Amino acid sequence: MSIKTYDAGVKDYALTYWTPDYVPLDSDLLACFKITAQANVPREEAAAAVAAESSTGTWTNVWSDLLTDLDYYKGRAYRIEDVPGDKESFYAFIAYPIDLFEEGSIVNVLTSLVGNVFGFKAVRHLRLEDIRFPLHYVKTCGGPPSGIQVERDRMDKYGRPFLGATVKPKLGLSAKNYGRAVYEMLRGGLDFTKDDENVNSQPFMRWQNRFEFVSEAVSKAQRETGERKGHYLNVTAPTCEEMFKRAEFAKECGAPIIMHDFLTGGFTANTSLANWCRDNGMLLHIHRAMHAVIDRHPKHGIHFRVLAKCLRLSGGDHLHTGTVVGKLEGDRQSTLGFVDAIRESFIPEDRARGLFFDQDWGGMPGVMAVASGGIHVWHIPALVTIFGDDSVLQFGGGTQGHPWGNAAGAAANRVATEACVKARNEGVEIEKNAREILTEAARHSPELASAMETWKEIKFEFDVVDKLDVG
Amino acid sequence: MSTANSMGDHATIGRYETFSYLPPLSRDEILEQILYILDNGWNASLEHEHPSTAFDYYWPMWKLPFFGEQDPNVILAEIEACRRAYPDHHVRLVGYDNYAQSKGHSFLVYRAL
Repeated sequence: MSIKTYDAGVKDYALTYWTPDYVPLDSDLLACFKITAQANVPREEAAAAVAAESSTGTWTNVWSDLLTDLDYYKGRAYRIEDVPGDKESFYAFIAYPIDLFEEGSIVNVLTSLVGNVFGFKAVRHLRLEDIRFPLHYVKTCGGPPSGIQVERDRMDKYGRPFLGATVKPKLGLSAKNYGRAVYEMLRGGLDFTKDDENVNSQPFMRWQNRFEFVSEAVSKAQRETGERKGHYLNVTAPTCEEMFKRAEFAKECGAPIIMHDFLTGGFTANTSLANWCRDNGMLLHIHRAMHAVIDRHPKHGIHFRVLAKCLRLSGGDHLHTGTVVGKLEGDRQSTLGFVDAIRESFIPEDRARGLFFDQDWGGMPGVMAVASGGIHVWHIPALVTIFGDDSVLQFGGGTQGHPWGNAAGAAANRVATEACVKARNEGVEIEKNAREILTEAARHSPELASAMETWKEIKFEFDVVDKLDVG
Repeated sequence: MSTANSMGDHATIGRYETFSYLPPLSRDEILEQILYILDNGWNASLEHEHPSTAFDYYWPMWKLPFFGEQDPNVILAEIEACRRAYPDHHVRLVGYDNYAQSKGHSFLVYRAL
């Protein structure tokens, strides 16, 4: 080992942290940042600065650097690439040795990678585009409490997407009226209903009262239809103690699934709740309130594919991924990329879908993709094509806005979905033949015919803000 | 506008998961789904159960899954044989996906009255 001497003062980050010859180890955690540097800061220096500030470095040399082997612990910027169609930004690839991170702690990974460095003056904007978690690290995380395969077996549903809906109006119903809305949707043919994310325990409907009425609604619908049903009881709470109290009560009520908001609730709470769910045979639905604050700006923040990977590691059985076709933002190829990233076992690098690295999850279970927000029967052919079977398609307004009410709205969605799955299995291109498939199915379903008439004109065609970078 | 006399009513009836909101499948339509199962590399299998206990996870298997069987007509014939043997039972066709360690497909091919 070479002898180093203490040299007080400031030196260029690039001297230590820019290592273009470095070949990343299989065990390294790799990150791709999109950097927009301040004027006059060379790319190598900006990339090295990000590597330094997100790992071992600080702005000046300190004597105690010499008490450790920083070459072992430092993050290394090892590659720089142009961003297609963007002259001011570039991609920097950084490798972090695995020992920089506590085992099983997404909190620790994020605190390092997206900590102080995002406020760093040398960069104007900074966006974490992707992370490659080494399998070594994946194995230290609990992951989804149940995963896709176990959920299918428990719910006894195969060969088609699950169907759900968020109860509307999202705020203001009494618990008993709320349970009515749940019952009507489940008896009509949905598999799941859902608390809205901001339904926690407000004065108009306390959680305990909601859990009891909803459980009655679920079990009655289950008895009458002969199909297994569930309602995502939202246990997101002001404290972890309160969250677990609600989870325990949901279990006492016989609920098969509960829900949590992983970003507003935080990764510590989420990981603990996922562990509780794994121990208690409870499915865990994950909502993503606050994500657009973090992921929507194309030059700053964290891309949703990173948040989605982090959620898979922290634990959740469902994750909202956007709909591509509904009222909320989402680029199709990019969405397909992170949907694969949460569901599959091995996902190869694919820049056309925004995937910067190979990702190997080993035996970690997959997460169901949830498409929710502004979707209705006319969107179903596209949704089945985009999301495939391992997904939950959620129609809130698209169920409860039906002219005959919730049960008919649910039946319309179920008929349309089954007709699309059947046609797909027969080899029909269902997006191209959407109108024919739905029209034919509606001949046997006045519920579907009425839904098709109600929503025939509604589309959400706005430009996507966060697009993939292409030249 | 929805008024009481223009509005329909959706009645709850017993269902049996995938495709149970569609009209019963014809023989040709069942054949298409068998081909879908085989094209995916899954193994077709039959299960049957009396409606009174159809909510249970486990239904008795009809023989064993038809491992490696590529002829859809053989499977159609087995569906008929199962129906004849258990005329008062539901019969469902399953496609076992050994990669996902799950059922890739599962739907009723005969609904007992």
